[in-house]
Amino acid sequence: MKYLCLVYVEEKILHAMPRHERVALSDDSMAYCDRLQKIGQLLAASPLHPVETATTVRVREGKTSTTDGPFAETKEQLGGFLLLDVPDLNDAIRIAAQFPAARYGSVEVRPMKEGGCA
Amino acid sequence: MSEDTTSEVRARVGEIYRAGSRQILATLIRLLSDFDLAEEALHEAFAAAVEQWPRDGVPANPRAWLVSTGRFKAIDRVRRRTRTDASLAELAKTIEAATGEPTEPDDEHIEDDRLRLIFTCCHPALAPDAQIPMTLREVCGLTTEEIARAFLCKPATIAQRIVRAKAKIRDARIPYEVPPPSELPDRLDTVLHVIYLVFNEGYSASSGAALTRADLSSEAIRLGRLLLELLPEPEVMGLLALMLLHESRRQARTSATGEIILLEHQDRSRWDRNLIEEGIAFIERALTSRRFGPYTVQAAIAAVHTEAPNTAETDWAQIVALYDLLMRAEPSPIIELNRAVAVAMRDGPAAGLQLVEAILARGELTDYHLAHSAQADFHRRLGNKPQARLAYERALALTKQEPERRFLERRLAELG
Repeated sequence: MKYLCLVYVEEKILHAMPRHERVALSDDSMAYCDRLQKIGQLLAASPLHPVETATTVRVREGKTSTTDGPFAETKEQLGGFLLLDVPDLNDAIRIAAQFPAARYGSVEVRPMKEGGCA
Repeated sequence: MSEDTTSEVRARVGEIYRAGSRQILATLIRLLSDFDLAEEALHEAFAAAVEQWPRDGVPANPRAWLVSTGRFKAIDRVRRRTRTDASLAELAKTIEAATGEPTEPDDEHIEDDRLRLIFTCCHPALAPDAQIPMTLREVCGLTTEEIARAFLCKPATIAQRIVRAKAKIRDARIPYEVPPPSELPDRLDTVLHVIYLVFNEGYSASSGAALTRADLSSEAIRLGRLLLELLPEPEVMGLLALMLLHESRRQARTSATGEIILLEHQDRSRWDRNLIEEGIAFIERALTSRRFGPYTVQAAIAAVHTEAPNTAETDWAQIVALYDLLMRAEPSPIIELNRAVAVAMRDGPAAGLQLVEAILARGELTDYHLAHSAQADFHRRLGNKPQARLAYERALALTKQEPERRFLERRLAELG
């Protein structure tokens, strides 16, 4: 069985941490992920850029709407995910807009952070 | 080298800065893939020009010299930083890899860069309140302080929006590109909307800040002209025409004391005929393309007004027909309200009142002061004083503009 684990943190707390603590948290997290990967229990893991980098894509009546910020409809629940590897945000938006569920719900596009979260 | 030549060269550098710094910046952003680095590089390149040109002479292609100098300065800077910050190593490699670049960028390339810059600053993934300051700062070269003054907010607020937008461009990797034809109409909409918002901010001026805000309108017109030069699309012509026709009435729409003068009372001899002629020529070009949209139609409505000697002799039937066209292209309660005002001019205030009340009854525009002031005006013309008073009071409670407030107070006083 595959499981998707979503990690929630209050970004303010992370930003307020002294740098060495943030680096330690990042190093520990990466070491943990390495161990899980070695024993075959982890497929992929990555920190994300802060929520300010989020873009929400919706398609209504055939028209794509792209807005700054995370999805805001509290009545929508997380229904799935796509992990993309494309050159830039425009490609990601294009793919998100063609995903059938974008016609009903919202697709939040978040860039992944390369090289740890510190 | 004599002092005379030095000051001449300095003046020439200043000239190039004023005329071309935004083009050079646009190219540097492409070469360096980083807004802040490009801005620093731009300033270092001009500083180098001030220092070197009096000694070595002005290069044959100053723009190409400034671009390549800026680029080398940026590479140096990144190399120095790389020693202290390993994460920059990749950036340094990327920039240096762009060496295939021709040393003398051709004009077409430069035009593309300016268009890239406009589309990036107006990218729909950026917050709407960041698109405007990004465009004014990066494309028009306004300072953060100038933008803050024009929008009546703190420089720190504007600066923060710009910082956030740049961080998003970098971290979410918003590409520096002109959208492909399939996405152009949607993306162009956002750009036109940003330009029109800038224009309107300068056009609905409060008397106190009238000067800086008029500057904002001329900045929007300048942007419209630049965009048209780079991308001669019918709707760009339509928007430019719309702005020119509104601008033509600027002198006539406020009194010497800053009071609003409604269209029907404006001294039409004070309308700027040159702007009107230019605007109408753009409308005609846009209409013949048959690919025009809502901005062109709105401009056409404004043009009908310019052709009439006064309100009574205005072709209101044509204006209503154009609003019908607009409603089909882009239905919105604001357009419906404007259409109601035109219908009232054609068929009398009772017809207009019925339409406005239908909009308000749907719960739309209830917070929009102009909906209530239109309703009030129809009641006033029908002689329904108590209803007119109530509606003027609702409008007064909702308006945020000082001349608008004084206008409504005058109307209330006239009701007795």
